Amino acid sequence: MEHIITPKVEYVKLLDRYGKESTIGTLYLTATHLIYVEQDNHTRKETWVLHHHISSVEKLSLTVSGCPLLIHCKTFQRLHLLLPRERDTQDVYQSLIRLCQPVSEDELYAFLYNPNQTEAERRDGWDLIDMATDFSRMGLPNEFWDISSINSSYELCSTYPSLLGIPKTATVATVTGSAKFRSRGRLPALSYYHKDTKAAVCRCSQPLSGLSSRCVEDEQMLKCINDANPHCPFIYVVDTRPKLNAMANRAAGKGYENEENYPNIRFHFQGIDNIHVMRSSLQKLLELCALRSPTMSDYLVGLESSGWLRHIKSVMDAGVFLAKAVCDEGASVLVHCSDGWDRTAQVCSLACVLLDPYYRTIKGLMVLIEREWISFGHKFNHRCGHLEGNPKEVSPVFTQFVECVWHLCEQFPCAFQFNESYLLIIHDHVYACQYGNFIGNCQREQQEMRLRERTFSLWPYLLQNQAEFQNPLYKRATHNTVLRPSTLPLHFKFWCGMYNRYDKGMQPRQSVVNTLLALTLRHTQEQKTMTELQRQLAVVDGILPGPIGTVSLPPDQNGCPRTTPTTSFGQSNGDCTSVSTCAGGKEDSGLEMSSQKEAEGSSATEHELQTKTDKPVSMVTQKEKVTESL
Amino acid sequence: MEFAELIKTPRVDGVVLHRPFLPTVEGTLCLTGHHLILSSRQDNTEELWLLHANIDAIEKRFIGSLGTIIVKCKDLRIIQLDIPGMEECLNIANSIEALSTLDSVSLMYPFFYRPMFEVIEDGWNLFLPEEAFKELESMTDEWRLSEVNKDFSICPSYPALVTVPKDIDDDSLCKAATFRHGGRFPVLSYYHKKNGMVIMRASQPLTGTSGRRCKEDEKLINATLRAGKRGYIIDTRTIAVAQQAKARGGGFEQEANYPQWRRIHKAIERTNILQESLIKIVEACNDHSNSMDRWLSKLEASNWQSQVKEILTTACLAAQCIDREGASVLVHGTEGTDSTLQVTSLAQIILEPACRTVRGFQALVEREWLQAGHPFQQRCAQSAYSNEKLRSEAPVFLLFLDCVWQILRQFPCSFQFNEHFLVMLFEHTYASQFGTFLGTTAAERVKLKLSQKTVSLWSWVNRPQELERFLNPLYEPNSLVIWPSVAPQSLLLWEGVFLRWNRSTKCLDEAYEEMVHIIEYNKELQLKVWVRSSAAGQRRFMGPCISHMHILSL
Repeated sequence: MEHIITPKVEYVKLLDRYGKESTIGTLYLTATHLIYVEQDNHTRKETWVLHHHISSVEKLSLTVSGCPLLIHCKTFQRLHLLLPRERDTQDVYQSLIRLCQPVSEDELYAFLYNPNQTEAERRDGWDLIDMATDFSRMGLPNEFWDISSINSSYELCSTYPSLLGIPKTATVATVTGSAKFRSRGRLPALSYYHKDTKAAVCRCSQPLSGLSSRCVEDEQMLKCINDANPHCPFIYVVDTRPKLNAMANRAAGKGYENEENYPNIRFHFQGIDNIHVMRSSLQKLLELCALRSPTMSDYLVGLESSGWLRHIKSVMDAGVFLAKAVCDEGASVLVHCSDGWDRTAQVCSLACVLLDPYYRTIKGLMVLIEREWISFGHKFNHRCGHLEGNPKEVSPVFTQFVECVWHLCEQFPCAFQFNESYLLIIHDHVYACQYGNFIGNCQREQQEMRLRERTFSLWPYLLQNQAEFQNPLYKRATHNTVLRPSTLPLHFKFWCGMYNRYDKGMQPRQSVVNTLLALTLRHTQEQKTMTELQRQLAVVDGILPGPIGTVSLPPDQNGCPRTTPTTSFGQSNGDCTSVSTCAGGKEDSGLEMSSQKEAEGSSATEHELQTKTDKPVSMVTQKEKVTESL
Repeated sequence: MEFAELIKTPRVDGVVLHRPFLPTVEGTLCLTGHHLILSSRQDNTEELWLLHANIDAIEKRFIGSLGTIIVKCKDLRIIQLDIPGMEECLNIANSIEALSTLDSVSLMYPFFYRPMFEVIEDGWNLFLPEEAFKELESMTDEWRLSEVNKDFSICPSYPALVTVPKDIDDDSLCKAATFRHGGRFPVLSYYHKKNGMVIMRASQPLTGTSGRRCKEDEKLINATLRAGKRGYIIDTRTIAVAQQAKARGGGFEQEANYPQWRRIHKAIERTNILQESLIKIVEACNDHSNSMDRWLSKLEASNWQSQVKEILTTACLAAQCIDREGASVLVHGTEGTDSTLQVTSLAQIILEPACRTVRGFQALVEREWLQAGHPFQQRCAQSAYSNEKLRSEAPVFLLFLDCVWQILRQFPCSFQFNEHFLVMLFEHTYASQFGTFLGTTAAERVKLKLSQKTVSLWSWVNRPQELERFLNPLYEPNSLVIWPSVAPQSLLLWEGVFLRWNRSTKCLDEAYEEMVHIIEYNKELQLKVWVRSSAAGQRRFMGPCISHMHILSL
């Protein structure tokens, strides 16, 4: 609270993407959120932005109509505000700069947030996803693989999980020796075991081979991995980096495996660029998304020069390479990049999605993220910029993984249990720090912070709300095998639903998924109604015993069929804002606010909003009720 | 001419057919006057029946005595035929080349095609101008149906009947016609019920460099304005192009002579540029060796998506003038047979819910394209692969369909038809067993006696058995104006046409079927609930009347 100088500013204008004035309202700063309340005679639309979601705040030069403040969010929302007074602007600017990047972990929202759960519920929530369970689902341990607690105190490798899948034949000496020869001790460990072929996906960091070093234990370790797969005489070693980068690392005493020293390996480079290239690529993509009215050429040229889709394709290509090796050749694969926590996480988790239908379910994706990203030490704190720190550590590595999954959903519309909004909500929660899951850089740090006692887990919340994340087209039975996506460039497209998702006007005005979802949800209800009616009829007809004359229609039935679904298509008739020669309406015309926004007790300030406490603060920053247009 | 003269080798055995994403088929290749047929001996494999008219270009290759013909179709499909025997292969190739480029309309397949189904509802009589006018008459008395063009002498590319302002007599129409390119004087295209505003269309005025004017033309279009109202003229060309047109006798409406009208220039490309665009985008989509950067740069260089955006933007502008500004609109480009029709027909899709139904859309195609004189036969003579020198080919109608698809994608529940319907129309404009898209003008269609000698596409499509495939299961009538987004991010490549043969559709078909299944199941459940609840309602008053078992069986 001490960082908030001015908690409330009135007569603030919110500009639309074309820089035109759209609404006037009041801006509030709370300990956790920035809230903009549109004051209009007819509507009271609220926009809530979590401070942690703010990636940057810019003060633009003064204009006659006020002092502009441009807020960019990690959820790809942009707020262009116009404050009446310079002093307020400066105050708000300073507060936000401070609030969006806390200095210490204790300031993160998760440590304040309480979704009204008991301690037992909290514990159960954290126990929901358990690595040992997933290993046993894969059929481990078995004759080839052990689930080892050799790293239980994080001494072998401080950024690895406590449980590791290790080949049974690998001795302690081999394992520790190999760890010493790998960057940051990130030794080869099991990522995924493919029961059918007995092939494994393993991950590690680059070897400290330099120009000529070698390590017997590391060579032995790779041989153990090879031996653990009786069907295939070799393993693939996949270095996900471009060859040039890997070679440059040799000069620094790191590098890649020399095929001469490791018998039975087949070495491959994959050419995924590093976190810095990805960061600037996303930056370019977002600049493109923010253009006011680009021509088609501007857009396509910008898309190309951002390189974003090229990078997405490179991740996908690597994932497909792994899946093919495991599934078609029955060969085990060892994957690394430099430290083995960015590209390696992307590629291994993508391969899992391709190989195993379980990871295409709502629960399965949680398990996958928990294993490949959280437990294997993807540095969420650094990559997401949760805390004040080196901006060069920030990179959209996880976002790219989410996008790859989305591309697969597009190519295989019936293969995934979840829909696009599930991917979006996970993505947003990674940055929100509302739940403890994505705080810290590795399992050890999470334990040191005592997250399990001090914060709540996101997964139970998602499971409780899974109805809205269902893909109504999901047909598990026909997609119980490996996915073979096309990675031709023409099958990749810009993900408008992610990067332009707050530009409602650009999204389809009617959603097929939501329509079908509403129908499938009603099926259950109608089946119930029908059974009840059937029973009542039987009673009346004297087939079933029952009190006479109690036939009562269910409340939602009027004795006539509803020809239109009650949950209608949420259609709005759109607007033609791009046609500048004529005055167009506002982009969100026909939308009315609903102020069902809630804030939890501890952080609510004196703002005069109606609050409800028992639902968790939703990630959705604008709750809009689409009313009948016109 | 006998087709037999062109067919030296009518049949070859042992031909192998390769198609993308389908298993190869070995069988016998037969050539008939209108078809290339490949049938295998096995019962379960489907036969290939390809209209010669659908063949855009062929390539021959020889390896030893094995010849290969690559057949590139106007629907953008590419297939390969391996033919044993050099002579056979050459003969087949020569025949295909000759048969696929027949010049005479009367030799086209529709004149030979006899339907295997009974024509219940004759498509030729479905969309008569008289009927459309009756509907208009019920809304307003400001318009009349003129027979001034009954012998097609005033304007050869107009239909016999046109709708014009009531106060303008036929003499004035004749004079106005002399002032418009090709005699295409302003006529009614669309009447907006909600506010009485209209879209008119015409061709460019023949002002020339001297700034000619025509009182009748001015009077004609002013007659469409309400007292004190202003209208908009949308010229689909840039001001520079319109200026250049003056030198060739064309031009645009001068403010001084049309003070009640505000002119807006847009930039829809001319036909030859559109054709180049088609060739480039198809080339890009078929080249699978592209890197991501190269693909995106080729997509950009093709300019196809830019054309889509420009056409949609112009249509939105016209619709906006009508619905938002409450102003009438006159649309024209140069000849008024291409970009003009794209704009007027798309504006109607946006404004008029009826145009989003199957019948309404067919009526729109009839009214705004066929009767309005879009020269289908010239525009669709060749597609993206042809090596022939281009004459007046252009994917004008395909671009229109692409734009409709873009709106359909953004409003997936507001159209009674689905994407297959649009793709089917695309196919039939380029090659068809039906006579609907033959000829270039209404006059020519009358001369060719198409309605007597050929079958209408609509007669076939509207049969319930066929129509089922083309219905959108998500359709919920939406009585509103639908404004599509024209931001580049919102406009996608139409994969259903351009990547159709470059991807396996298995997963997409499966998703479509699942969607249909969910919706069907929902209807079934609703019916069951309704039957039971109404039975329960009846019992309250009358006691059991429908047998219990009967309900169970429903």
